[in-house]
Amino acid sequence: MTGIATAPNTRGTAGNAVEVHGIVKHFGSTKALDGVDLTVREGTVLALLGPNGAGKTTLVRVLSTLIKPDAGSAFVGGYDVVRQPKQLRRTIGLTGQYASVDELLSGYENLYLIGRLLDLSSRDSKARAAELLERFSLTEAAKRTAKTYSGGMRRRLDLAASMMGRPRVLYLDEPTTGLDPRTRNEVWDEVQRMVSEGSTVLLTTQYMEEAEQLADELTVIDRGKVIANGGVAELKARVGGQILQVRPAHPAELPEMARCLHESGITSATVSPDDGLLAVPLAGEEQLTAVIGVLGGRGFAIAGIDTKVPSLDEVFLAITGKPTAGPATAPAAALVKEPVA
Amino acid sequence: MTTATLTPARAGTGADDTRIGAAGTLRHIGALTRRNLMRIKADPESMFDAVLMPIVFTLLFVYVFGGAIAGGQDSYIQRLIPGLLGQTGMTLALAVGTGLNSDFQTGVMDRFRTLPIGRASVLLSKLAAESLRALLSSAILLGFAFVLGFEVKTGVLEVLATVGLSLVFGMSIVWISMLLGMALRSPQAVQGVSMLVLMPMQFGSSIFAPTDTMPGWLQTFTEVNPLSQLADASRALLNGEGAVAHPVMVVLIWSAVSTAIFAPLAVARFRKRT
Ligand SMILES: Nc1ncnc2c1ncn2[C@@H]1O[C@H](COP(=O)(O)OP(=O)(O)O)[C@@H](O)[C@H]1O
Ligand SMILES: [Mg+2]
Repeated sequence: MTGIATAPNTRGTAGNAVEVHGIVKHFGSTKALDGVDLTVREGTVLALLGPNGAGKTTLVRVLSTLIKPDAGSAFVGGYDVVRQPKQLRRTIGLTGQYASVDELLSGYENLYLIGRLLDLSSRDSKARAAELLERFSLTEAAKRTAKTYSGGMRRRLDLAASMMGRPRVLYLDEPTTGLDPRTRNEVWDEVQRMVSEGSTVLLTTQYMEEAEQLADELTVIDRGKVIANGGVAELKARVGGQILQVRPAHPAELPEMARCLHESGITSATVSPDDGLLAVPLAGEEQLTAVIGVLGGRGFAIAGIDTKVPSLDEVFLAITGKPTAGPATAPAAALVKEPVA
Repeated sequence: MTTATLTPARAGTGADDTRIGAAGTLRHIGALTRRNLMRIKADPESMFDAVLMPIVFTLLFVYVFGGAIAGGQDSYIQRLIPGLLGQTGMTLALAVGTGLNSDFQTGVMDRFRTLPIGRASVLLSKLAAESLRALLSSAILLGFAFVLGFEVKTGVLEVLATVGLSLVFGMSIVWISMLLGMALRSPQAVQGVSMLVLMPMQFGSSIFAPTDTMPGWLQTFTEVNPLSQLADASRALLNGEGAVAHPVMVVLIWSAVSTAIFAPLAVARFRKRT
């Protein structure tokens, strides 16, 4: 193929590691992506937040060259996802939503294989595999076949696999869904380390808490469309920050407590008698003091207080005024615990 | 925070101008073949079809049916072993689809597809690993046969030709196996359907018994069955009796036809899915 001049193309703006313009993807009659635009700046973390079925996985698969978009364009590290897939693949690392490790190989052999396929020398593949196994607390299990690993261990191995080649752009599709809190923190630490070493990260999640922990920027999608994006702090301000939960010693006093708060001008308090909780969205820190002051001053006995980040459902409610399309989501910490192996 | 520069090294054209190159491709095939062999090692049951089946067949047929079929164990061994050797390639070729299916199902194929390797490398490495398995299986079968008193009446070249012919036929079946692997839902289903194809072909052939006492319709089937031709060719090669050229030609024609039909279909489907 000589003599064919390639048409000049937009390769994205300098400083953007990922640029997505109007990507559309259908599966039969399902419109999984309906004109998505987003950018991830170099060296930053973008969290793509959305309920089940929003199109997160589809977008990640388009950006990793696994599926072709029906319309729109996307550039990763300056390479076109459709026209330059081979070069693009040298730039990225992907941890898909479902672990894709070879169950019949040991953890070490899984990583070594990927090192070799990435054209690392045998020695570099060994060293990098050992380093990542150590970081993800898999050194002891390194020689066992992955079939014997727990769910969390497989996920960690999958993450390690996507980091073998020190990719400049890392995609993590729901990296902590189903993990116990300890493993989740380990994953967060590793993601932060990759970012400090210069990687750009696009991560999908259903948890506001995860987005808050890791991301610089947040893009919220639903039914294949971007419904909000901006800095994490900016969006949080729109959503209303934290929620204070008060657990009275005597649940029977809940209505009385809410009435007292209303009288003092704190009108946003709601009670959920089933949980025995009083919830107050906090506009600022001074409001926390005010609530406790009012309740203490009226002599209510308080058994416990807690603050929590709003759930995805609450974020959606705040942004769109309607609840999420998908099934209700559980907070990360409440998910099934795996035995710590 | 250090920031990596993401400007592409060669921003001149919009083409996909990273070539993987022959040395790179060979290295990738080597690494993937090693993986396939390690998978076999980690799952020894997958060697059953390669190792145990020929031994079980040999023992069962030689000692249980041998006297009745060929009038004596020794003459039966000389009949059976070449036939079993001939079908080795096909038996193992059928395992390619199972492996491919499992790679798609477990997401391992997705992982490979995000790596900068040629997609043919994944397939070629499967062929390489299965060929090695066929060689090992043939060696075990022959070794066991020698212990039972089997004799090669010709020479080493003829043994190599028999194994080679078996591999050539096996390679033409690989494409069918790949299609099954990509069409069916689970590795178990692929294995089940493969068995459904394999069993009638094995038993409706001249491998285990002479075909002249079979009913007419079955004789017609055994005559067109390539495993019969493979068995006849192998017997001619190893026992030095009967015509060699004709059955060998028929097997080669079968292989060419099967490859011509199924290879393009399998490759097209594979390209579409990867
Ligand atoms: N391979 C596919 N075939 C058909 N429909 C699909 C396929 N992949 C995804 N979808 C549909 O596309 C929509 C978006 O899915 P997905 O990207 O997986 O969402 P998320 O990852 O946000 O949960 C869903 O309605 C899903 O059912
Ligand atoms: Mg998903």
